[in-house]
Amino acid sequence: MASTERLLLSGNEAVALASLHAGVRLGTGYPGTPSTEILEAFSLIGGPAQWSPNEKVALEVALGVSFGGGRTLVTMKHVGVNVAADPLFTAAYIDLTGGLVLISADDPGMASSQNEQDNRHYARAAIVPMLEPADSQQAYDFTLAAFELSERWRIPVILRMTTRICHAKTEVIPGEPRPSAMEPHFERDIPGRVMIPAYARPAHHKIRAKMEEIARWNEESGLNRIHPGDKSLGIIASGISVMHAREAAPDATLLALGLTWPLPMQMITDFVNSVDRCIVIEEGDHLLYEALTVAGLKVEGKPEMYRFSELNVSRVRRIIAGDVTPEAPRPRGKPPELCQGCSHREVFEALSRLNCIVAGDIGCYTLGVLPPFEAMDTCVCMGAAIGVGLGLRHVLPEAEARRVVSVIGDSTFVHSGLTGIAEMVYNPPPTGHVVLIVDNSTTAMTGRQEHPGTGRSLNHEPTNRMDFVAVCKAMGVKNVEVVDPQKDEAKFEEILKDMMARDELSVLIAERPCILAAPLIRKLEKAEEEKRCAAGCAAAPVE
Amino acid sequence: MAVTNVVLAGLGGQGVVKASDLLSTTAFAGGLQVKKSEVHGMSQRGGSVTTDVRFGEQVLSPMVPMGEADFLMVFESSQVDLNLGWLRPGGVLITPALIPEGALKNRKSLNVALLGAASMVMDFDEQAWIDAIHRCLPEKLHAVNEQAFALGRRLGAELSRPEVIEGV
Repeated sequence: MASTERLLLSGNEAVALASLHAGVRLGTGYPGTPSTEILEAFSLIGGPAQWSPNEKVALEVALGVSFGGGRTLVTMKHVGVNVAADPLFTAAYIDLTGGLVLISADDPGMASSQNEQDNRHYARAAIVPMLEPADSQQAYDFTLAAFELSERWRIPVILRMTTRICHAKTEVIPGEPRPSAMEPHFERDIPGRVMIPAYARPAHHKIRAKMEEIARWNEESGLNRIHPGDKSLGIIASGISVMHAREAAPDATLLALGLTWPLPMQMITDFVNSVDRCIVIEEGDHLLYEALTVAGLKVEGKPEMYRFSELNVSRVRRIIAGDVTPEAPRPRGKPPELCQGCSHREVFEALSRLNCIVAGDIGCYTLGVLPPFEAMDTCVCMGAAIGVGLGLRHVLPEAEARRVVSVIGDSTFVHSGLTGIAEMVYNPPPTGHVVLIVDNSTTAMTGRQEHPGTGRSLNHEPTNRMDFVAVCKAMGVKNVEVVDPQKDEAKFEEILKDMMARDELSVLIAERPCILAAPLIRKLEKAEEEKRCAAGCAAAPVE
Repeated sequence: MAVTNVVLAGLGGQGVVKASDLLSTTAFAGGLQVKKSEVHGMSQRGGSVTTDVRFGEQVLSPMVPMGEADFLMVFESSQVDLNLGWLRPGGVLITPALIPEGALKNRKSLNVALLGAASMVMDFDEQAWIDAIHRCLPEKLHAVNEQAFALGRRLGAELSRPEVIEGV
């Protein structure tokens, strides 16, 4: 790659290119807006990438790669980090070998998410460094820096992006590849990697000491930058807020933080002391403001109303002016809906006709909550349909309990539904329960990614397929049926009704490929069939 | 040189994002700084889609501030009123009304036809646009989109450039 080449890349593509240049041995993750395209782009340019069933498993696989001396990338959306939080918090205690970078793609404004959590909290809580790029060039540069930081201090590093970094295209001038000199190998390190209390106690002290060292290094890391300007107003910002603030207050002096945890406190103190008035511009929670205030620095934060949704140039102008008058509402536009021809439509029509209490889940089918269906009563997080449905069944009077159905998609079922089935079999409600898996053979919502139930890997190559019917039966579910809700609409409703009437445990699989994914699925299946046939013919004895 | 702000709006499936790719590729090839931003996710499910393209010598925020678009291109007539707030006074509005029903062999190339119209009032060579079409679209779609682009250029000949207003 020539060093003068200008590319127009999304932040996600920039992370993918940097990961290739960093010599990543394996990229793992679970699809989630706005992170999904990172692994897809990485795979397209030749990087080894795979989808895991969920973010926790993805991070655990990545840890294994790191222990084996390979660099590894793990991608997920903000709520995915909640799922991966268990390994993350202890991974921080462990001396890693290969560099491990975790991408947290946050969704302020909730374009496509169930909450607006600010994952900057994770760096503080899990005791790991965090980098926040402000454009695609920094997404590229910081990814490479993150791998080097991770290997130098043998610690996981979070690269936190947001929708306007992930999905904005800006100029990138890539550099030369900078892979690690290390070759995969195993070195035994029992006290460093086996987190029993005796080894974890000193590890906690060690990680705190590492963070102090990184904080000192960060003072001169080159990852934080001062844009000089008029000293009457100083702004401290990170991530996309840097760009909004530079545009909103072009004359101000601005400190753009890149390595935002641990903070370079001396650099920040000197900056605050160098300006007349200093204001912190941050999207989401008041984290940076609170950290600086606790340190005794005289900085202004933002009014509470700007905690919500994305920032933009207009809102930053208002924050600087201290304007708390109501904001003009943004154009709302036409809400999304289930595609015409989508088989989820028949499913929600049936649920509506049968007056079901629907414990729902995360995916395209969550759109079943909107008119004309309005056939969903709860939606919390990946996999919650089953647990929530069971709780309702346990507590409601019999007539209402019988109406409860858990609705979960195929990819979501693999992600977090299996433990729900175990719960159902272990603690069956008196009225039994019905779990409806709406299986459209793809992870539709995020743009049609493969998962363990499709039998194809990230790059659509055939692999082992997880058989939902066999799994549910093996786990102890009495009744398991598969129906195409579009082709056999009446039969689908009849079976559902019958299952609801019994005091037994049932799983109904509504199986029909997503209409957007179907053409590709048909093409892949045809190609696989031809390949099998060719192999079969070649193997056949010649007469 | 001031930043030029373009907002493209329509519904999922209309090629709004593809049109913004063509515009950004054209501007970027001309050596300008370009930033393009949109919100993905639910967009494929038929909902409203808007994407922001900004270009100039230096572009900071990737989002066009409300009321500061020099160009507003809307791909679906029902979405015009909704999005008018993006346009600055004196800015140029381009809507599907410019391309008569039946003028295109395939209405799917409306996005490129409207870009053709916009190209008449933007400062890029026709060839730069054609190159972008070649770069961003699969080969089998080149001919139909070049035709749509040419039609847009003919129908866009009457558009006037954005008015320059002091202080904008």
